[in-house]
Amino acid sequence: MKITRKNVEDVALLSRLEIPEEQIETMTGQLNAILEYVDVLNQLDTTGVEPTAHVLPLKNVMRADVVVPSLPRDAALANAPEQENGYFKVPKVTEG
Amino acid sequence: MELFKLTAHELHQKLVNKEVSSVEITQSVLGRIDAVEDKVQSYVNQTRELALAKARQVDEKIKKGEPISPLAGIPGAIKDNMCTKGIKTTCSSKILENFVAPYDATVIEKLTEQDMVLMGKTNLDEFAMGGSTENSGFFTSHNPWDLDRVPGGSSGGSAAAVAAGEAIWSLGSDTGGSIRQPAAYCGTVGMKPTYGRVSRYGLVAFASSLDQIGPIVRDVTDCALVMNAICGYDKKDSTSINSPVPDYTKALQVDVKGLKIGLPKEYFVRGMNPEVEKAVQKAVDQLVALGAEYQEVSMPHTEYGLSAYYLIAPAEASSNLARYDGVGYGMREEGDDIIAMYKKTRSKGFGAEVKRRIMLGTYALSSGYYDAYYMKALKVRTLVKRDFDRAFEKVDVLITPTAPSPAFKIGAMANDPLAMYMQDVCTIPVNLAGVPGISLPCGFVDGMPIGLQIIGKPLGEDTLLRAAYTYEQQNDYHKRFAPLGEV
Repeated sequence: MKITRKNVEDVALLSRLEIPEEQIETMTGQLNAILEYVDVLNQLDTTGVEPTAHVLPLKNVMRADVVVPSLPRDAALANAPEQENGYFKVPKVTEG
Repeated sequence: MELFKLTAHELHQKLVNKEVSSVEITQSVLGRIDAVEDKVQSYVNQTRELALAKARQVDEKIKKGEPISPLAGIPGAIKDNMCTKGIKTTCSSKILENFVAPYDATVIEKLTEQDMVLMGKTNLDEFAMGGSTENSGFFTSHNPWDLDRVPGGSSGGSAAAVAAGEAIWSLGSDTGGSIRQPAAYCGTVGMKPTYGRVSRYGLVAFASSLDQIGPIVRDVTDCALVMNAICGYDKKDSTSINSPVPDYTKALQVDVKGLKIGLPKEYFVRGMNPEVEKAVQKAVDQLVALGAEYQEVSMPHTEYGLSAYYLIAPAEASSNLARYDGVGYGMREEGDDIIAMYKKTRSKGFGAEVKRRIMLGTYALSSGYYDAYYMKALKVRTLVKRDFDRAFEKVDVLITPTAPSPAFKIGAMANDPLAMYMQDVCTIPVNLAGVPGISLPCGFVDGMPIGLQIIGKPLGEDTLLRAAYTYEQQNDYHKRFAPLGEV
Protein backbone atom coordinates (compact mmCIF):
# COMPACT_ATOMS: atom_id res chain seq x y z
CA MET A 1 0.00 0.00 0.00
CA LYS A 2 1.68 3.15 -1.14
CA ILE A 3 0.32 6.60 -0.49
CA THR A 4 -0.06 8.67 -3.66
CA ARG A 5 -0.11 12.35 -4.37
CA LYS A 6 -3.86 12.04 -4.88
CA ASN A 7 -4.22 10.41 -1.41
CA VAL A 8 -2.33 13.30 0.14
CA GLU A 9 -4.65 15.82 -1.52
CA ASP A 10 -7.74 13.90 -0.39
CA VAL A 11 -6.49 13.48 3.18
CA ALA A 12 -5.54 17.16 3.32
CA LEU A 13 -9.14 18.07 2.50
CA LEU A 14 -10.48 15.65 5.14
CA SER A 15 -8.00 17.17 7.63
CA ARG A 16 -9.00 20.71 6.68
CA LEU A 17 -5.39 21.52 5.82
CA GLU A 18 -3.91 23.27 2.82
CA ILE A 19 -0.68 21.68 1.65
CA PRO A 20 1.05 24.10 -0.74
CA GLU A 21 1.77 22.62 -4.16
CA GLU A 22 5.55 22.62 -3.59
CA GLN A 23 5.20 20.70 -0.31
CA ILE A 24 2.93 17.90 -1.51
CA GLU A 25 5.83 15.82 -2.78
CA THR A 26 7.76 16.12 0.49
CA MET A 27 4.66 15.25 2.52
CA THR A 28 3.96 12.24 0.27
CA GLY A 29 7.54 11.04 0.73
CA GLN A 30 7.52 11.48 4.51
CA LEU A 31 4.17 9.75 4.96
CA ASN A 32 5.34 6.88 2.77
CA ALA A 33 8.52 6.51 4.83
CA ILE A 34 6.47 6.26 8.03
CA LEU A 35 3.94 3.87 6.47
CA GLU A 36 6.74 1.67 5.15
CA TYR A 37 8.20 1.57 8.64
CA VAL A 38 4.93 0.66 10.33
CA ASP A 39 4.45 -2.08 7.76
CA VAL A 40 6.37 -4.39 10.15
CA LEU A 41 3.03 -4.78 11.94
CA ASN A 42 1.96 -7.05 9.11
CA GLN A 43 4.63 -9.56 10.16
CA LEU A 44 2.43 -10.32 13.16
CA ASP A 45 -0.50 -12.67 12.94
CA THR A 46 -3.28 -10.93 14.87
CA THR A 47 -6.05 -13.35 13.96
CA GLY A 48 -8.39 -13.63 16.95
CA VAL A 49 -6.60 -10.89 18.91
CA GLU A 50 -8.98 -8.37 20.46
CA PRO A 51 -8.10 -4.71 19.84
CA THR A 52 -7.13 -2.55 22.82
CA ALA A 53 -8.53 0.95 22.38
CA HIS A 54 -8.08 1.64 26.05
CA VAL A 55 -6.16 -0.04 28.90
CA LEU A 56 -8.72 0.35 31.67
CA PRO A 57 -11.60 -2.12 31.96
CA LEU A 58 -14.13 0.72 31.82
CA LYS A 59 -17.48 0.68 30.08
CA ASN A 60 -20.06 3.45 30.02
CA VAL A 61 -19.09 5.43 33.10
CA MET A 62 -22.40 6.76 34.39
CA ARG A 63 -23.26 9.60 36.68
CA ALA A 64 -26.44 11.16 38.01
CA ASP A 65 -27.89 13.79 35.69
CA VAL A 66 -27.67 16.74 38.05
CA VAL A 67 -27.79 20.35 36.94
CA VAL A 68 -24.59 22.18 37.90
CA PRO A 69 -23.51 25.70 36.97
CA SER A 70 -22.00 25.86 33.50
CA LEU A 71 -19.45 28.25 32.06
CA PRO A 72 -20.97 31.76 31.94
CA ARG A 73 -21.61 32.98 28.39
CA ASP A 74 -19.06 35.78 28.70
CA ALA A 75 -16.34 33.37 29.73
CA ALA A 76 -17.28 30.93 26.95
CA LEU A 77 -17.07 33.70 24.36
CA ALA A 78 -14.00 35.41 25.78
CA ASN A 79 -11.57 33.63 23.42
CA ALA A 80 -13.78 33.75 20.31
CA PRO A 81 -12.02 35.19 17.25
CA GLU A 82 -15.33 36.82 16.30
CA GLN A 83 -18.65 37.16 18.13
CA GLU A 84 -21.90 39.02 17.78
CA ASN A 85 -24.91 39.38 20.11
CA GLY A 86 -23.68 36.63 22.40
CA TYR A 87 -22.98 34.14 19.59
CA PHE A 88 -19.87 32.83 17.85
CA LYS A 89 -19.68 34.37 14.39
CA VAL A 90 -18.52 32.37 11.37
CA PRO A 91 -18.36 33.00 7.61
CA LYS A 92 -21.48 32.17 5.64
CA VAL A 93 -22.20 28.43 5.69
CA THR A 94 -25.25 28.13 3.40
CA GLU A 95 -25.69 29.00 -0.26
CA GLY A 96 -27.84 31.85 -1.54
CA MET B 1 23.17 29.94 50.04
CA GLU B 2 21.73 29.33 46.61
CA LEU B 3 18.19 28.40 47.51
CA PHE B 4 17.29 27.63 43.90
CA LYS B 5 19.60 24.60 44.04
CA LEU B 6 17.69 22.88 46.86
CA THR B 7 14.90 20.33 46.59
CA ALA B 8 11.27 20.91 47.58
CA HIS B 9 11.61 18.77 50.71
CA GLU B 10 14.75 20.63 51.82
CA LEU B 11 13.08 23.99 51.25
CA HIS B 12 9.91 22.88 53.06
CA GLN B 13 12.02 22.05 56.10
CA LYS B 14 13.62 25.48 55.98
CA LEU B 15 10.21 27.13 55.73
CA VAL B 16 8.88 25.15 58.68
CA ASN B 17 12.01 25.97 60.71
CA LYS B 18 11.57 29.62 59.71
CA GLU B 19 15.14 29.72 58.38
CA VAL B 20 13.94 31.27 55.11
CA SER B 21 10.72 32.73 53.78
CA SER B 22 8.84 31.73 50.66
CA VAL B 23 9.49 35.22 49.28
CA GLU B 24 13.25 34.64 49.69
CA ILE B 25 13.01 31.27 47.92
CA THR B 26 10.88 32.76 45.14
CA GLN B 27 13.29 35.66 44.70
CA SER B 28 16.20 33.26 44.53
CA VAL B 29 14.49 31.36 41.71
CA LEU B 30 13.49 34.61 39.97
CA GLY B 31 17.11 35.76 40.15
CA ARG B 32 18.18 32.48 38.67
CA ILE B 33 15.68 32.89 35.83
CA ASP B 34 17.09 36.37 35.17
CA ALA B 35 20.61 34.93 35.03
CA VAL B 36 20.05 31.89 32.80
CA GLU B 37 16.71 32.06 30.98
CA ASP B 38 18.28 33.72 27.94
CA LYS B 39 20.40 30.62 27.45
CA VAL B 40 17.98 27.89 28.51
CA GLN B 41 14.64 29.27 27.32
CA SER B 42 12.46 27.01 29.44
CA TYR B 43 9.50 29.32 29.79
CA VAL B 44 6.83 30.31 27.30
CA ASN B 45 5.25 32.61 29.84
CA GLN B 46 6.40 33.70 33.32
CA THR B 47 4.03 34.62 36.14
CA ARG B 48 6.44 36.57 38.35
CA GLU B 49 4.02 38.90 40.13
CA LEU B 50 1.58 36.13 40.83
CA ALA B 51 4.42 34.02 42.22
CA LEU B 52 5.56 36.72 44.64
CA ALA B 53 2.00 37.44 45.74
CA LYS B 54 1.46 33.75 46.50
CA ALA B 55 4.80 33.55 48.33
CA ARG B 56 3.76 36.45 50.56
CA GLN B 57 0.49 34.65 51.36
CA VAL B 58 2.35 31.51 52.38
CA ASP B 59 4.74 33.54 54.56
CA GLU B 60 1.71 35.09 56.22
CA LYS B 61 0.35 31.61 56.99
CA ILE B 62 3.67 30.55 58.49
CA LYS B 63 3.84 33.71 60.55
CA LYS B 64 0.39 33.00 61.98
CA GLY B 65 1.52 29.51 62.90
CA GLU B 66 -0.83 27.80 60.45
CA PRO B 67 0.27 24.40 59.12
CA ILE B 68 1.54 24.39 55.52
CA SER B 69 1.44 21.59 52.96
CA PRO B 70 4.67 20.06 51.57
CA LEU B 71 4.67 22.09 48.35
CA ALA B 72 3.41 25.34 49.89
CA GLY B 73 5.56 28.29 48.97
CA ILE B 74 7.85 26.21 46.73
CA PRO B 75 8.30 27.56 43.17
CA GLY B 76 7.10 25.20 40.45
CA ALA B 77 6.56 25.29 36.70
CA ILE B 78 3.76 23.80 34.62
CA LYS B 79 3.99 22.51 31.08
CA ASP B 80 1.99 24.86 28.89
CA ASN B 81 -0.56 22.25 27.86
CA MET B 82 -2.37 22.29 31.21
CA CYS B 83 -5.14 24.84 31.55
CA THR B 84 -4.61 27.67 34.02
CA LYS B 85 -7.51 30.02 34.63
CA GLY B 86 -6.64 33.56 33.63
CA ILE B 87 -3.12 32.61 32.47
CA LYS B 88 -2.34 31.82 28.84
CA THR B 89 -2.21 28.16 27.80
CA THR B 90 -0.56 27.96 24.39
CA CYS B 91 0.58 24.34 23.89
CA SER B 92 3.54 26.14 22.23
CA SER B 93 1.31 26.48 19.17
CA LYS B 94 0.62 29.56 17.10
CA ILE B 95 -3.00 28.47 16.93
CA LEU B 96 -3.39 28.95 20.72
CA GLU B 97 -0.88 31.79 21.09
CA ASN B 98 -3.41 34.03 22.87
CA PHE B 99 -5.68 31.44 24.43
CA VAL B 100 -6.58 32.09 28.07
CA ALA B 101 -8.32 29.08 29.62
CA PRO B 102 -11.57 29.90 31.44
CA TYR B 103 -10.93 27.15 34.03
CA ASP B 104 -8.14 25.35 35.87
CA ALA B 105 -7.07 21.80 35.09
CA THR B 106 -7.75 19.47 38.03
CA VAL B 107 -4.00 19.19 38.75
CA ILE B 108 -3.81 22.99 38.95
CA GLU B 109 -6.75 23.08 41.38
CA LYS B 110 -5.05 20.46 43.52
CA LEU B 111 -1.69 22.27 43.52
CA THR B 112 -3.40 25.58 44.25
CA GLU B 113 -4.95 23.96 47.32
CA GLN B 114 -1.37 23.09 48.30
CA ASP B 115 -0.37 26.77 47.92
CA MET B 116 2.13 26.16 45.13
CA VAL B 117 4.06 29.16 43.85
CA LEU B 118 3.59 29.08 40.08
CA MET B 119 6.60 30.58 38.26
CA GLY B 120 5.17 30.13 34.77
CA LYS B 121 4.29 27.85 31.91
CA THR B 122 7.01 25.88 30.16
CA ASN B 123 7.87 25.21 26.54
CA LEU B 124 6.99 21.99 24.73
CA ASP B 125 6.91 20.48 21.30
CA GLU B 126 3.73 21.85 19.78
CA PHE B 127 0.75 19.97 21.30
CA ALA B 128 3.33 17.63 22.93
CA MET B 129 4.25 16.08 19.58
CA GLY B 130 7.98 15.58 19.59
CA GLY B 131 11.01 14.67 21.64
CA SER B 132 13.18 17.78 21.66
CA THR B 133 11.11 21.02 21.87
CA GLU B 134 12.37 21.71 18.34
CA ASN B 135 8.74 21.40 17.21
CA SER B 136 7.66 24.23 19.51
CA GLY B 137 5.84 26.91 17.56
CA PHE B 138 7.87 29.55 19.39
CA PHE B 139 11.49 28.52 20.11
CA THR B 140 13.71 25.60 21.08
CA SER B 141 14.70 25.13 24.73
CA HIS B 142 18.30 24.23 25.58
CA ASN B 143 19.77 21.47 27.72
CA PRO B 144 21.39 22.94 30.87
CA TRP B 145 24.12 20.27 30.69
CA ASP B 146 25.14 21.38 27.19
CA LEU B 147 23.39 24.34 25.65
CA ASP B 148 24.01 23.01 22.12
CA ARG B 149 21.85 20.01 22.88
CA VAL B 150 18.10 19.52 23.16
CA PRO B 151 16.51 19.12 26.59
CA GLY B 152 14.33 16.33 25.18
CA GLY B 153 10.62 16.53 24.85
CA SER B 154 7.96 17.05 24.67
CA SER B 155 8.11 18.30 28.29
CA GLY B 156 11.55 19.79 27.55
CA GLY B 157 10.84 23.18 29.11
CA SER B 158 9.74 21.60 32.40
CA ALA B 159 12.83 19.36 32.57
CA ALA B 160 15.22 22.17 31.58
CA ALA B 161 13.68 24.57 34.14
CA VAL B 162 14.16 22.08 36.98
CA ALA B 163 17.71 21.18 35.89
CA ALA B 164 18.71 24.84 35.49
CA GLY B 165 17.32 25.97 38.86
CA GLU B 166 14.56 28.01 37.22
CA ALA B 167 11.97 25.97 39.11
CA ILE B 168 12.24 23.58 42.05
CA TRP B 169 9.68 21.13 40.67
CA SER B 170 7.49 20.91 37.59
CA LEU B 171 4.73 19.01 35.87
CA GLY B 172 5.01 17.40 32.46
CA SER B 173 2.74 15.16 30.42
CA ASP B 174 3.69 11.84 28.88
CA THR B 175 2.04 10.25 25.83
CA GLY B 176 4.98 8.17 24.56
CA GLY B 177 7.83 9.22 26.87
CA SER B 178 7.38 12.98 27.09
CA ILE B 179 8.09 13.11 30.84
CA ARG B 180 10.67 10.35 31.17
CA GLN B 181 12.83 11.13 28.12
CA PRO B 182 13.41 14.85 28.91
CA ALA B 183 13.87 13.95 32.59
CA ALA B 184 16.63 11.55 31.48
CA TYR B 185 18.23 14.03 29.08
CA CYS B 186 18.33 16.75 31.77
CA GLY B 187 19.50 14.58 34.70
CA THR B 188 16.22 14.88 36.60
CA VAL B 189 13.61 12.47 37.95
CA GLY B 190 10.39 12.04 35.98
CA MET B 191 7.41 9.78 36.56
CA LYS B 192 4.59 8.75 34.28
CA PRO B 193 1.94 7.38 36.61
CA THR B 194 -0.47 4.55 35.77
CA TYR B 195 -2.99 5.64 33.14
CA GLY B 196 -5.93 7.05 35.10
CA ARG B 197 -4.02 7.75 38.31
CA VAL B 198 -3.94 11.50 37.62
CA SER B 199 -6.93 13.35 36.20
CA ARG B 200 -6.54 14.55 32.61
CA TYR B 201 -9.26 17.17 33.03
CA GLY B 202 -7.80 20.40 31.67
CA LEU B 203 -4.82 18.70 30.02
CA VAL B 204 -5.05 19.67 26.35
CA ALA B 205 -5.65 16.32 24.64
CA PHE B 206 -3.07 14.85 22.27
CA ALA B 207 -3.77 11.09 22.34
CA SER B 208 -6.39 10.54 25.01
CA SER B 209 -5.85 6.82 25.60
CA LEU B 210 -2.12 7.41 26.26
CA ASP B 211 -1.75 10.91 27.84
CA GLN B 212 -0.86 11.12 31.53
CA ILE B 213 0.39 13.98 33.72
CA GLY B 214 3.30 13.49 36.10
CA PRO B 215 6.17 15.18 38.00
CA ILE B 216 9.63 16.23 36.81
CA VAL B 217 11.76 16.94 39.87
CA ARG B 218 15.30 16.81 41.35
CA ASP B 219 15.01 13.65 43.44
CA VAL B 220 12.76 10.71 44.25
CA THR B 221 11.51 12.27 47.49
CA ASP B 222 10.17 15.29 45.60
CA CYS B 223 8.61 12.89 43.10
CA ALA B 224 6.62 11.29 45.95
CA LEU B 225 5.56 14.72 47.23
CA VAL B 226 4.25 15.90 43.86
CA MET B 227 2.54 12.54 43.29
CA ASN B 228 0.77 12.92 46.64
CA ALA B 229 -0.46 16.31 45.49
CA ILE B 230 -1.77 15.42 42.01
CA CYS B 231 -3.08 11.82 42.11
CA GLY B 232 -6.63 10.76 42.70
CA TYR B 233 -10.06 10.11 41.25
CA ASP B 234 -11.80 12.96 39.48
CA LYS B 235 -15.40 12.77 38.39
CA LYS B 236 -14.58 15.23 35.60
CA ASP B 237 -12.32 12.59 33.97
CA SER B 238 -14.31 9.43 33.27
CA THR B 239 -11.04 7.52 32.72
CA SER B 240 -9.59 8.36 36.12
CA ILE B 241 -9.20 5.42 38.49
CA ASN B 242 -11.44 5.35 41.55
CA SER B 243 -9.11 3.77 44.08
CA PRO B 244 -7.47 5.24 47.17
CA VAL B 245 -4.13 7.04 46.77
CA PRO B 246 -1.45 5.84 49.19
CA ASP B 247 0.92 8.26 50.91
CA TYR B 248 3.82 7.87 48.49
CA THR B 249 6.37 9.20 50.98
CA LYS B 250 5.88 5.92 52.89
CA ALA B 251 7.56 4.20 49.93
CA LEU B 252 10.78 6.17 50.43
CA GLN B 253 12.74 3.35 52.02
CA VAL B 254 16.09 1.80 51.29
CA ASP B 255 14.81 -1.72 50.89
CA VAL B 256 14.89 -3.93 47.82
CA LYS B 257 15.35 -7.27 49.57
CA GLY B 258 13.57 -9.90 47.53
CA LEU B 259 12.47 -7.39 44.89
CA LYS B 260 12.26 -9.25 41.58
CA ILE B 261 13.74 -7.24 38.74
CA GLY B 262 13.23 -8.18 35.10
CA LEU B 263 15.59 -7.08 32.36
CA PRO B 264 13.73 -7.22 29.04
CA LYS B 265 16.37 -8.12 26.49
CA GLU B 266 14.43 -6.51 23.63
CA TYR B 267 14.97 -3.05 25.15
CA PHE B 268 18.69 -3.21 24.63
CA VAL B 269 18.34 -2.35 20.99
CA ARG B 270 20.90 -2.20 18.24
CA GLY B 271 22.43 1.24 17.96
CA MET B 272 22.13 1.84 21.67
CA ASN B 273 24.99 3.81 23.16
CA PRO B 274 27.23 1.21 24.91
CA GLU B 275 27.81 3.54 27.86
CA VAL B 276 24.05 3.72 28.42
CA GLU B 277 23.84 -0.05 28.45
CA LYS B 278 26.75 -0.27 30.92
CA ALA B 279 25.21 2.31 33.27
CA VAL B 280 21.91 0.43 33.36
CA GLN B 281 23.65 -2.89 34.01
CA LYS B 282 25.66 -1.27 36.81
CA ALA B 283 22.47 0.06 38.40
CA VAL B 284 20.94 -3.42 38.32
CA ASP B 285 24.11 -4.86 39.89
CA GLN B 286 23.87 -2.31 42.70
CA LEU B 287 20.27 -3.25 43.42
CA VAL B 288 21.18 -6.95 43.34
CA ALA B 289 23.99 -6.29 45.84
CA LEU B 290 21.31 -4.85 48.14
CA GLY B 291 19.21 -7.99 48.00
CA ALA B 292 17.16 -7.69 44.81
CA GLU B 293 16.96 -10.64 42.43
CA TYR B 294 17.13 -10.29 38.71
CA GLN B 295 16.31 -12.32 35.65
CA GLU B 296 16.20 -11.70 31.96
CA VAL B 297 12.70 -11.59 30.55
CA SER B 298 11.46 -11.54 26.98
CA MET B 299 8.92 -9.06 25.69
CA PRO B 300 8.78 -10.16 22.06
CA HIS B 301 6.44 -7.44 20.77
CA THR B 302 8.55 -4.51 21.95
CA GLU B 303 9.85 -3.58 18.50
CA TYR B 304 6.28 -3.44 17.18
CA GLY B 305 5.25 -1.00 19.89
CA LEU B 306 6.80 1.97 18.14
CA SER B 307 4.92 1.22 14.91
CA ALA B 308 1.61 0.70 16.69
CA TYR B 309 2.13 3.95 18.58
CA TYR B 310 2.84 5.96 15.43
CA LEU B 311 -0.55 4.92 14.09
CA ILE B 312 -2.60 5.09 17.31
CA ALA B 313 -1.28 8.42 18.62
CA PRO B 314 -1.69 10.32 15.30
CA ALA B 315 -5.15 8.76 14.82
CA GLU B 316 -6.28 10.04 18.21
CA ALA B 317 -4.53 13.37 17.61
CA SER B 318 -6.21 13.91 14.25
CA SER B 319 -9.54 13.58 16.00
CA ASN B 320 -8.61 15.63 19.09
CA LEU B 321 -7.15 18.48 17.03
CA ALA B 322 -10.24 18.81 14.85
CA ARG B 323 -11.49 21.29 17.47
CA TYR B 324 -9.02 23.96 16.34
CA ASP B 325 -11.23 25.44 13.67
CA GLY B 326 -11.07 29.18 14.27
CA VAL B 327 -14.57 29.33 15.75
CA GLY B 328 -14.71 28.96 19.54
CA TYR B 329 -11.19 30.02 20.49
CA GLY B 330 -7.70 30.32 19.12
CA MET B 331 -6.46 31.87 15.93
CA ARG B 332 -8.59 32.54 12.84
CA GLU B 333 -7.53 33.28 9.27
CA GLU B 334 -10.34 34.66 7.17
CA GLY B 335 -11.53 32.71 4.13
CA ASP B 336 -14.26 33.14 1.52
CA ASP B 337 -16.41 30.41 3.00
CA ILE B 338 -16.29 28.33 6.15
CA ILE B 339 -14.23 25.47 4.68
CA ALA B 340 -11.67 27.96 3.36
CA MET B 341 -11.58 29.61 6.80
CA TYR B 342 -10.95 26.25 8.50
CA LYS B 343 -8.20 25.34 6.05
CA LYS B 344 -6.42 28.67 6.21
CA THR B 345 -6.65 28.83 10.00
CA ARG B 346 -5.31 25.33 10.54
CA SER B 347 -2.62 25.61 7.87
CA LYS B 348 -1.26 28.80 9.35
CA GLY B 349 -1.76 27.82 13.01
CA PHE B 350 -0.20 24.34 13.05
CA GLY B 351 3.48 23.55 12.57
CA ALA B 352 4.94 20.91 10.24
CA GLU B 353 5.04 17.98 12.69
CA VAL B 354 1.49 18.55 13.89
CA LYS B 355 0.26 18.67 10.28
CA ARG B 356 2.20 15.51 9.45
CA ARG B 357 0.58 13.65 12.35
CA ILE B 358 -2.91 14.93 11.56
CA MET B 359 -2.44 13.75 7.98
CA LEU B 360 -1.08 10.36 9.06
CA GLY B 361 -3.86 9.89 11.62
CA THR B 362 -6.60 10.93 9.21
CA TYR B 363 -5.23 8.53 6.63
CA ALA B 364 -5.03 5.64 9.14
CA LEU B 365 -8.64 6.24 10.15
CA SER B 366 -10.02 6.81 6.67
CA SER B 367 -12.37 4.46 4.89
CA GLY B 368 -10.47 1.66 3.19
CA TYR B 369 -7.37 1.94 5.38
CA TYR B 370 -8.93 1.73 8.87
CA ASP B 371 -8.60 -2.05 9.21
CA ALA B 372 -5.14 -2.24 7.67
CA TYR B 373 -3.64 0.46 9.86
CA TYR B 374 -5.66 1.63 12.87
CA MET B 375 -7.36 -1.66 13.77
CA LYS B 376 -4.14 -3.58 13.17
CA ALA B 377 -2.30 -1.22 15.52
CA LEU B 378 -4.95 -1.68 18.24
CA LYS B 379 -4.54 -5.45 18.01
CA VAL B 380 -0.78 -5.14 18.28
CA ARG B 381 -1.33 -2.91 21.31
CA THR B 382 -3.04 -5.91 22.91
CA LEU B 383 0.03 -8.04 22.20
CA VAL B 384 2.35 -5.39 23.69
CA LYS B 385 0.16 -5.21 26.79
CA ARG B 386 0.21 -9.02 27.12
CA ASP B 387 4.03 -8.90 27.12
CA PHE B 388 3.80 -6.74 30.25
CA ASP B 389 1.12 -8.93 31.87
CA ARG B 390 3.32 -12.01 31.35
CA ALA B 391 6.49 -10.30 32.57
CA PHE B 392 4.74 -9.11 35.72
CA GLU B 393 3.71 -12.67 36.53
CA LYS B 394 7.44 -13.32 37.10
CA VAL B 395 8.87 -10.00 38.30
CA ASP B 396 7.87 -6.92 40.34
CA VAL B 397 9.56 -4.30 38.20
CA LEU B 398 11.29 -4.03 34.83
CA ILE B 399 14.49 -2.07 34.36
CA THR B 400 15.54 -0.57 31.04
CA PRO B 401 17.32 2.52 29.73
CA THR B 402 14.96 5.50 29.39
CA ALA B 403 16.40 6.42 25.99
CA PRO B 404 18.92 4.64 23.77
CA SER B 405 21.37 7.55 23.93
CA PRO B 406 21.89 10.85 25.76
CA ALA B 407 20.54 14.20 24.52
CA PHE B 408 21.39 14.92 20.89
CA LYS B 409 22.56 18.17 19.30
CA ILE B 410 19.93 20.69 18.31
CA GLY B 411 19.12 20.18 14.62
CA ALA B 412 20.73 16.73 14.39
CA MET B 413 17.47 14.97 13.53
CA ALA B 414 15.52 17.87 12.09
CA ASN B 415 14.98 16.33 8.67
CA ASP B 416 14.40 12.77 9.76
CA PRO B 417 11.12 12.29 11.67
CA LEU B 418 11.70 8.53 11.91
CA ALA B 419 15.12 8.87 13.59
CA MET B 420 13.49 11.21 16.08
CA TYR B 421 10.70 8.69 16.73
CA MET B 422 13.34 6.02 17.54
CA GLN B 423 14.35 7.96 20.67
CA ASP B 424 11.01 6.88 22.19
CA VAL B 425 11.51 3.17 21.61
CA CYS B 426 12.03 2.35 25.33
CA THR B 427 9.25 4.55 26.69
CA ILE B 428 6.35 4.04 24.25
CA PRO B 429 5.39 0.45 25.20
CA VAL B 430 4.79 1.69 28.77
CA ASN B 431 2.09 4.10 27.52
CA LEU B 432 0.55 1.45 25.28
CA ALA B 433 0.21 -0.84 28.31
CA GLY B 434 -0.89 1.97 30.63
CA VAL B 435 1.57 0.97 33.36
CA PRO B 436 3.68 3.40 35.44
CA GLY B 437 7.33 4.23 34.75
CA ILE B 438 9.97 6.40 36.37
CA SER B 439 13.23 7.76 34.98
CA LEU B 440 16.10 8.73 37.26
CA PRO B 441 19.73 9.65 36.66
CA CYS B 442 22.15 6.68 36.61
CA GLY B 443 25.40 8.11 35.26
CA PHE B 444 26.94 10.25 32.56
CA VAL B 445 28.38 9.80 29.10
CA ASP B 446 30.63 12.62 27.89
CA GLY B 447 29.17 14.88 30.55
CA MET B 448 25.56 14.19 29.57
CA PRO B 449 23.14 12.48 31.97
CA ILE B 450 21.84 8.95 31.39
CA GLY B 451 18.35 7.88 32.49
CA LEU B 452 17.41 4.62 34.19
CA GLN B 453 13.81 3.55 33.60
CA ILE B 454 11.96 1.44 36.15
CA ILE B 455 8.57 0.13 35.03
CA GLY B 456 5.94 -1.22 37.40
CA LYS B 457 2.60 -2.98 37.59
CA PRO B 458 -0.60 -0.95 37.28
CA LEU B 459 -0.89 1.24 40.41
CA GLY B 460 2.58 0.01 41.47
CA GLU B 461 3.98 3.54 41.84
CA ASP B 462 4.94 2.86 45.46
CA THR B 463 7.13 -0.10 44.43
CA LEU B 464 8.77 2.06 41.75
CA LEU B 465 9.46 4.82 44.25
CA ARG B 466 10.97 2.36 46.73
CA ALA B 467 13.30 0.85 44.11
CA ALA B 468 14.20 4.29 42.77
CA TYR B 469 14.81 5.71 46.23
CA THR B 470 17.01 2.76 47.18
CA TYR B 471 19.10 3.23 44.06
CA GLU B 472 19.29 7.01 44.45
CA GLN B 473 20.55 6.80 48.04
CA GLN B 474 23.55 4.69 46.93
CA ASN B 475 24.66 7.29 44.42
CA ASP B 476 25.12 11.02 44.09
CA TYR B 477 23.95 11.62 40.52
CA HIS B 478 20.85 13.48 41.69
CA LYS B 479 22.99 15.88 43.72
CA ARG B 480 25.02 17.11 40.77
CA PHE B 481 23.95 20.38 39.28
CA ALA B 482 24.05 21.15 35.57
CA PRO B 483 27.30 22.99 34.64
CA LEU B 484 25.23 26.03 33.82
CA GLY B 485 25.15 26.31 37.60
CA GLU B 486 28.82 27.34 37.64
CA VAL B 487 28.35 30.05 34.99
